[in-house]
Amino acid sequence: MSPRPAPPTPKTQTADATAAGQAVGKPAEREQPWLFRTYSGHSSAGASNALYRSNLAQGQTGLSVAFDLPTQTGYDSDHLLARGEVGKVGVPVCHIDDMRRLFEEIPLEQMNTSMTINATAAWLLALYIATAELQGGSARKLRGTTQNDIIKEYLSRGTFVFPPVASMRLTSEIVSYTVEHVPNWNPINICSYHLQEAGATPVQEIAFAMANAISLLDHLRSSGAVSEADLAKVFGRISFFLNAGIRFVEEMCKCRAMTALWEEIGRERYGIRDEKMLRLRYGVQVNSLGLTEAQPENNIVRIALEALGVTLSQRARARSLQLPAWNEALGLPRPWDQQLSLRTQQILAYETDLLEYGDLFDGSHVVERRTRELADAAREELQHVLDMGGAVAAVENAYMKQRLVESHTARIRAIESGALTVVGVNAYRESVESPLVQAGSSSILKVDESAERAQIESLRGFRSRRSATAVETALRQLEDAIKAGSNIMPPSIAAAKAGATTGEWTAILRRVFGEYRAPTGVAAAASSSARAGDSKVRERVDALSQRLGRRLKLLVGKPGLDGHSNGAEQIAVKARDAGMEVVYDGIRLTPEEIVQSARDEGVHVVGLSILSGSHGVLVVDVVERMRAAGLGAIPVVVGGIIPPEDARSLEQAGVRRVYTPKDFDLERIMNEIVDVVAEANAAA
Amino acid sequence: MSTPHESPVELAEQVRTGDRGAVARALNLVDDRRPERRAEALLLLDALEGHGRGRRIGVTGAPGAGKSTLLDALATALRSRGRTVGILAIDPSSKKTGGALLGDRFRMGTTARDAGVFFRSLAAREQLGGLSEVTGPSLDVLVAAFDTVFVETVGVGQSEASIADLVETLVFVAQPAAGDLVQFMKAGILEWPDVFFVNKSDLSDLAGRTAAELRAGLDLGRSSEMTDRPPVLCGSSRDGVGIDALVDALDRHHDALARSGEAVRRLAAGRLARVRSALAARYGSFGLARLAGTQPVESYVASHPDRSVERLIESLGSQIEAGYGAASS
Repeated sequence: MSPRPAPPTPKTQTADATAAGQAVGKPAEREQPWLFRTYSGHSSAGASNALYRSNLAQGQTGLSVAFDLPTQTGYDSDHLLARGEVGKVGVPVCHIDDMRRLFEEIPLEQMNTSMTINATAAWLLALYIATAELQGGSARKLRGTTQNDIIKEYLSRGTFVFPPVASMRLTSEIVSYTVEHVPNWNPINICSYHLQEAGATPVQEIAFAMANAISLLDHLRSSGAVSEADLAKVFGRISFFLNAGIRFVEEMCKCRAMTALWEEIGRERYGIRDEKMLRLRYGVQVNSLGLTEAQPENNIVRIALEALGVTLSQRARARSLQLPAWNEALGLPRPWDQQLSLRTQQILAYETDLLEYGDLFDGSHVVERRTRELADAAREELQHVLDMGGAVAAVENAYMKQRLVESHTARIRAIESGALTVVGVNAYRESVESPLVQAGSSSILKVDESAERAQIESLRGFRSRRSATAVETALRQLEDAIKAGSNIMPPSIAAAKAGATTGEWTAILRRVFGEYRAPTGVAAAASSSARAGDSKVRERVDALSQRLGRRLKLLVGKPGLDGHSNGAEQIAVKARDAGMEVVYDGIRLTPEEIVQSARDEGVHVVGLSILSGSHGVLVVDVVERMRAAGLGAIPVVVGGIIPPEDARSLEQAGVRRVYTPKDFDLERIMNEIVDVVAEANAAA
Repeated sequence: MSTPHESPVELAEQVRTGDRGAVARALNLVDDRRPERRAEALLLLDALEGHGRGRRIGVTGAPGAGKSTLLDALATALRSRGRTVGILAIDPSSKKTGGALLGDRFRMGTTARDAGVFFRSLAAREQLGGLSEVTGPSLDVLVAAFDTVFVETVGVGQSEASIADLVETLVFVAQPAAGDLVQFMKAGILEWPDVFFVNKSDLSDLAGRTAAELRAGLDLGRSSEMTDRPPVLCGSSRDGVGIDALVDALDRHHDALARSGEAVRRLAAGRLARVRSALAARYGSFGLARLAGTQPVESYVASHPDRSVERLIESLGSQIEAGYGAASS
């Protein structure tokens, strides 16, 4: 279980290989593979620790921590908004003891850990550093990555907390702190991954990620947080996190284009000369957007091909790779499903001859042309964003969000029309029964519902054990430091050691910085306008609206903390195109708020979207509260990653329709919404 | 959803107590186009007429000026002064499909979820000026229930005039931008608002310059019989800067209207203008002219102060239709 050494910098190897004239034919010595990771964590620190240790024993070479949504959005496990979300999409970490338990018997000095954490990145890094120090290690030796990319949270992932300016400050303070005190840490992982999940084209993925990096670097330079002399070092520590879709040839060209563009930006915009610092370093999680619920075993092949896209070209090969599980569109993957993903990487790295050659595509006209096209288009789009004031401005004016929603809408329409083939979904749908999914609920991981209760009990126990005055003092010093404009890391590490909690730390920042609601982009997405095919539904909506006395009105919202709003936004746009009046209520809603919206807005039907797996608690709660408020006649429909058993119990609880990722046909969903409202108002 | 067999008069009583469920049902009712429900809606509105305790404030401005964040901040400030707040937010409808995406509730943020703030989104429907014809009656419902009622809409120049008929105070939210003055003047925007708020003063000193330009333009463009230039304030609704000053300015305007008797005059003029424009929209100027021969709209509206605007429109409308009937027979 001792991790393999990190691969040597491929730059030198490329130079050697070219120098030795090995570009053609002759195998070079086998290169070290990329880091193998699996994005994982669930239930509790203890359960996740066991999972990590078993993954490492199977040959995984790095860790990738998934935190649960309350931790990502800065709430303790016993907060009202955390209900139903604790331990669902990741591990809950409320305080130093949770973090220590998470890495028990895993020496952090020897580990390379990626933490998918953004709004609360400074806090989780503080806990990580404090844990390493309590293990007897030194912060200087820590290797790993904090995602720490807020821009894409506004655009796609939705776990932002603070306004853009404050977020930029937090990000840059983590960067300036780690460059000095944790020199091997990647303080930020600029994620175009989530942009592709939100619908980005390769050109948008490159351009928006570059714009994002530039906004950070410009900020670091102009605010004086980093000296001109340290700028090259910071540039070299910025890493990226890309996506890889099924069009794997184009994806490979994308990685090459990005590598070229990043080097160009480093030289031209920041005057960096050091070759090593100029090299684009990136990790990859391959595409989840294209994984299908229908015939899910097909995903095994998709994942392998996508992995090929980001490893094939040595010049633009990923530094670390995470593969999703084949069945993640069905629910949480089991350890066996994750093992299959790891084995895919191991076969690619150790069985095939991939790592025996230099770059396979140098000199290929086809690859070079496509790479150039992508780079040129991305350069143009990047300039467009920079002209409007950069990435922060393009978040606030919703430009990037609108472009993403437009691309996503176009993609969904292409699947609906058949212009884009998705095997098993809109083509070759005939299938014999799959032995892999016959097992029903046993083929996905069920998070033990008692995990939330146990976590809350352990949190309360921790609170009663710690020194209240020490925590109070540490939090006051944190607040003072923020107000004084000092770096947030030292007082955060002190607060971590004193026993402050995730909720307490974030509450201080919420008070000082305020909370932010990002623009949605749904309004302009609609400009891509309705299709002719919509007219049938539209006639039905018009007719029903006549009968109802006023236009059919739909509420779309997301209960709980999961911020993946793409699905909800697509439904909202489609419903508008179908002629409905749609109240888009956004993310992070409590059941009480949804009921209030439904009543105040006078809607005819409520559509909820939930991907975090908390549907059992939250959706049923909404339905019951609607009934109690005298709104029981308003039908509720739900969409999300919902296993069939759960769907049945939701329907028994009064939900009228349940949709899952296999329901790509939005037209049918619209028709069914009309049916459901018509049924509910039959007497009217 | 409406409770079946609820009498409109009972519903009006519940609305006046500020019962949110009742307010929601009343808003659904005044939006309902079915003839039998329309009759009930008129009974409801008649029962509410004269009971409007709330102040009506319009908030308008270009898209992206920050109207929603301003409303969010205003509602928070008013709540902290112990007042109840109703908000009507209007978003455009698609001309092609009739559908609409109503995003203001989301844009408003946490305030829309405050139990002391009632928020209803409304689609502009087919109205060009950006105001649906149910805006007026919806406001009539809200002012019966809450202390302060806002109506928010995108300003495109023309719509300021029609929103001015519905409110006692009109706030124009401007974005800091040099050279916009000509645009303001061209659009005729400077004539209607009672208070100007230059938002996003945090971005640059452009806000101060825009405010100065607005003041200069207002001095030029206001007709001479209006003595006081409307206040032009600066602030940032996102950071809560200048909000208290704006609330004070709104209060001062309200008090000044009440003292001078202008409040009563505006209310009467607003009722008349609403009746006129609704009749003009339905029957055209030809229909209105025909009516003027037999029954001057002005005296009819003035002599029925206890009837709701919607009732007046309905009554005069049927007179016009009866006139057509007589003419064709």
